[in-house]
Amino acid sequence: MTRNVARTHQPLNLFDMWRGMSRQARREAIEGYICISPWLIGFVMFVAGPILASLVLSLTYWDIGSAPRWVGMQNYVEIFTNDGDFLQALKVTLTYAVVTLPLHLVLGLALSLLLNLRLRGMNFYRTLFYIPAVLPIVAVTMLWIWIFNPEFGVINHLLSLVGIEGPTWFHSPRWALPGLMLLGLWGVGGGAVIYLAGLQNIPPHLYEAAEIDGANIWRRFWRITLPLLTPTLFFQLVLNLIATFQVFTQSYIATQGGPLQATFFYMLYIYNKAFGTLRMGYGSALAWILTLIILAVTLLVFRSSPHWVYYEAERRKEDA
Amino acid sequence: MNVQSPTTQGGGWFSQLRWNRRVRSRVVSVSAHFSMILLSLVFLIPMLWMLSTSIKSRAQTWLFPPEWIPNPVVWEHFPRIFEIAPVFLFFQNTMIIVFWNVLGQVFSTSLVAFGFARMRFPGRDVLFILLIATLMIPYQVTLIPTFILFKLFGWINTFLPLTVPAFTGSAFFIFLMRQYLMSIPFDLDDAARMDGCNTFQVLFFILLPLCIPPLVIVVVFTFIGVWNDFLGPLIYLNENTKYTIALGLNLLRGRNRTDYNVLMAASLLAVLPTLIVYFLAQNKLIGGIASVGLKG
Repeated sequence: MTRNVARTHQPLNLFDMWRGMSRQARREAIEGYICISPWLIGFVMFVAGPILASLVLSLTYWDIGSAPRWVGMQNYVEIFTNDGDFLQALKVTLTYAVVTLPLHLVLGLALSLLLNLRLRGMNFYRTLFYIPAVLPIVAVTMLWIWIFNPEFGVINHLLSLVGIEGPTWFHSPRWALPGLMLLGLWGVGGGAVIYLAGLQNIPPHLYEAAEIDGANIWRRFWRITLPLLTPTLFFQLVLNLIATFQVFTQSYIATQGGPLQATFFYMLYIYNKAFGTLRMGYGSALAWILTLIILAVTLLVFRSSPHWVYYEAERRKEDA
Repeated sequence: MNVQSPTTQGGGWFSQLRWNRRVRSRVVSVSAHFSMILLSLVFLIPMLWMLSTSIKSRAQTWLFPPEWIPNPVVWEHFPRIFEIAPVFLFFQNTMIIVFWNVLGQVFSTSLVAFGFARMRFPGRDVLFILLIATLMIPYQVTLIPTFILFKLFGWINTFLPLTVPAFTGSAFFIFLMRQYLMSIPFDLDDAARMDGCNTFQVLFFILLPLCIPPLVIVVVFTFIGVWNDFLGPLIYLNENTKYTIALGLNLLRGRNRTDYNVLMAASLLAVLPTLIVYFLAQNKLIGGIASVGLKG
């Protein structure tokens, strides 16, 4: 990505460029700027501006009521040296990410492989599996609170059928987080649909050639399907990564972070600080730390990508 | 290719089965159907449980083991919701916000995507990369300052913070729309210009009518996104009369924490509009998500 920026940035002086343009080209350029102006305004007001503002805010003490007071790095120092909630929130969020990211990837992929089979009624299955991904998260959470009800819920009933006494789920410090993980996994169809598109984009002649060469179904999967799907997997991994760090509504509604802070997600902590106790500066510092963590992990994933993401176009270039 | 060439002798029992392809494909097909049906249950059971609870009598609800078939079927939980909370008002509020969001997104997405796909201007490619980069900005970093901004505007407890940003477009939709516009031949624009259309007429009268598939995606995703949004309304709306369906549902839970019949009936009502919209647009929707997913 950075390489692209450098390349397109070559004519550095915009004014020189402008002077070199014909009247018609200038007219087109002006109209072009008019076209993208809504986004440009939005970018300045709702993205770039707020990002800078939150950086400045994170260096202040501000409870909205009084004027902001400059405190320098104090918020950050407090977070890193004297804030047990921060550590707990980080732990919960990271645990959730480490457990659910691979699960979403593997189960989503498995589901998409099934959905890619030529079977009667496949359209019905595709529609059905995607439904949980479009339902309001509030309603979904309420439904799962009821499903996870320790005494009268479905899950514990099903568990009792195989002789397991179910835990108390959202009421148990040990099982509340796994409960929320299961709730999230119910929406795995959302990712599966995207993998499915990737699968259907793999040229069939590769499979035919492999089959003629005698490759069995496993070989075809490991040698053709998986490598050609890595760009899609990579894209999904990045998006899922960013999304898992932002889990909020489920824990806000189902557990309010409890019991014993077992589901105290980072986003919930930011919300409590900023909108509960109105500590805007502290909340901004927390938000910035989370953003930097997400950025670092995303960069790691990007860095790792040449080792496992296979781009057909690049490959052809190398071969030539 | 440095992919190891597969050998012909491997395969074990699987390739031995090849002498009778029909048997094998039969086995595969039956087991595939079986696993699909089993999986469907995983996705269906929670939804059926919601339905079942919403039309069950109170007495039948609190039984263990649970009974799936409501006997008798009871409808009273639905009117109960309307007694507890002003559902129509919540519905109206949500629809107002949805309406402005759909309008804003369709307008600005078309305009901006058109600018990036069709016009030449200095800095275009850099700006487009910037647009893609914003897809990866986690929203919590902008959440607090944006809230403060809207507070300065005096917009707290109005719908404006939830509707106005839609008029600046969303990076995701702009990207989608731009890719689609790129696939439409430029000859069309040239012909229209020859006939005296100006730039904006080209967009609105020539190109947009051809962009129905991505526009459907913008409309449906916006609808579902706004309908389902919880954090936005939670932060910006603080009077019951301004609440959306999502907030109202949470309010209902606050008032009737353990009345699962009413809660499930209300959840069912809240789910219904997104389900209807999803079913109406289902084919285009899944195709559209797919086309975005492809861009790795």
